[in-house]
Amino acid sequence: MNVMLRSRASRWPQRLLRATLTLVAVAFMLAFLLLPLAVVFAEALAEGVQALLSSLARYEALSSIRLTLIVAAIVVPLNIVFGVAASWAMTRFEFRGKALLGALIDLPFSVSPVIAGLIYVLLFGAQGWFGPWLAAHDIRIIFAVPGLVLASVFVTLPFVARELIPLMQAQGSEDEEAARVLGANGLQMFFRVTLPNIRWALLYGVLLCNARAMGEFGAVSVVSGHIRGLTTTMPLEVEMRYNEFDYTGAFAVASLLALLALLTLAIKTLLEWRYGDDLAAHAPGGR
Amino acid sequence: MALAKHHRVLPGFGLSLGYTLAFLGLIVLLPLAALAWKASGIGVAGLLDLLAAPRTQAALKLSFGGALAASLINAVFGLLVAWVLVRYRFPGRRLLDALVDLPFALPTAVAGIALTALYAPNGWLGGAFDALGVRIAYTQLGVGVAMVFVGFPFVVRTLQPVLESLDREMEEAAESLGARRSQIFARVILPVLLPALLTGFALALARAVGEYGSVIFIAGNMPMRTEITPLLIVQKLEQFDYPRAAALGVVMLGFSFVMLVALSLLQRWSRRWAEPSS
Repeated sequence: MNVMLRSRASRWPQRLLRATLTLVAVAFMLAFLLLPLAVVFAEALAEGVQALLSSLARYEALSSIRLTLIVAAIVVPLNIVFGVAASWAMTRFEFRGKALLGALIDLPFSVSPVIAGLIYVLLFGAQGWFGPWLAAHDIRIIFAVPGLVLASVFVTLPFVARELIPLMQAQGSEDEEAARVLGANGLQMFFRVTLPNIRWALLYGVLLCNARAMGEFGAVSVVSGHIRGLTTTMPLEVEMRYNEFDYTGAFAVASLLALLALLTLAIKTLLEWRYGDDLAAHAPGGR
Repeated sequence: MALAKHHRVLPGFGLSLGYTLAFLGLIVLLPLAALAWKASGIGVAGLLDLLAAPRTQAALKLSFGGALAASLINAVFGLLVAWVLVRYRFPGRRLLDALVDLPFALPTAVAGIALTALYAPNGWLGGAFDALGVRIAYTQLGVGVAMVFVGFPFVVRTLQPVLESLDREMEEAAESLGARRSQIFARVILPVLLPALLTGFALALARAVGEYGSVIFIAGNMPMRTEITPLLIVQKLEQFDYPRAAALGVVMLGFSFVMLVALSLLQRWSRRWAEPSS
């Protein structure tokens, strides 16, 4: 059967079809995906390396980088703890409402980023539920760093849990039960059995969570207030420079974010090649 | 909760579930409750007024129409790319495969200004289209282009695993029975791919409808023409019109909810498909 197929596949109409399809697919991807990426670097370097570097060395650029790192440094650990706790509960125990809980964990992926920012303004903004109380106690959440953190936690909430749940489901709990029977306490079991079993998937989830936390635009733009040097993360700095017609400056900051994206893709691909068996079957959506 | 008893050899049920529920409650449920509560402030009449306003209608039409068109394009090209990546071997295939995820990895604001620069009349591609008399940046076409960009990986990544696990013997059987390639594709391959194709389409659609960052730069945001619904929400917020911003948010969330239900039905359907063949 195979021999017959191969001989038929090598006939020229088949080859022509194959070549045409491949060509169209490659052309589509180059035009739609690779060109935008190339434009970022071309525009950033339009006025030379010197201009790029000096535009990145400006105070607002540096403070936006610092703020982006701070926000990610808070958001990622919060979602690691949540992701591990949620996966443990979801895969090691049976309880009523499990399907609903799973849907709730995935919910932030299907919500527009603008709504992710909006809901916190409605809670903590000047006219929000807790607005008057916060104002009376002189606490700022909206137009301040806590708001940026909350909005970023919301949009990146599912990443870690989504990687861990299918994997831990597939692995089952025999290893952990054995550890318990042999006398390990909860912490020993977690750090010596569970964590080594899930480390690559956890790293994978953290990678995606971090990329989104650093790159998030819509949700943080709603809660930021765009106060230069105080509440502008890198994506917001890109927007502000762009709107001020400082295109080279905008693309300079954008090129850093594009490098982050490329680095993320590279590590992600490496993890998939090297440790594909230790990662869960990938559901699309959060990749 | 009582069901958990027989699993009790493993610790941490109360702690992990309690923490999960508390975190979800604070981060997701309480803010969404605030959204519903604020939206209810304008009442049903107010909501109908808002939805009937020409500017709202134009924005909704663009958001949903554009997302629909973009997702259809993605369904076609996503299927093509997934097919080529899974079935054919050619140099650079793995690199191309890694590139599929670029729209997920690239921050939306970066994608937004890059697409604008690319399709602006003086841009690399915009110049060529301009010569043909087609404007892309700052038109509804530009909104569509950005929506294609953000939705593309969903279709490819949903189709790939299904294509990889496709039983080639069925194709061989069809071929030995004298079917032409086009018949094999339409009658043997496509029916099996359909649930995954629809799932990818729905995911791309949901993403494109809510997309903000990559769209607003290339759209130009002219009222009645290139204003998307999420931007309208931002504008209501900037005018401190919280109830109407919240109401538009609820409308969009309602759509997301419908998509989620549709997706879970699709998944159930595709599992039914998968079982007899395995």
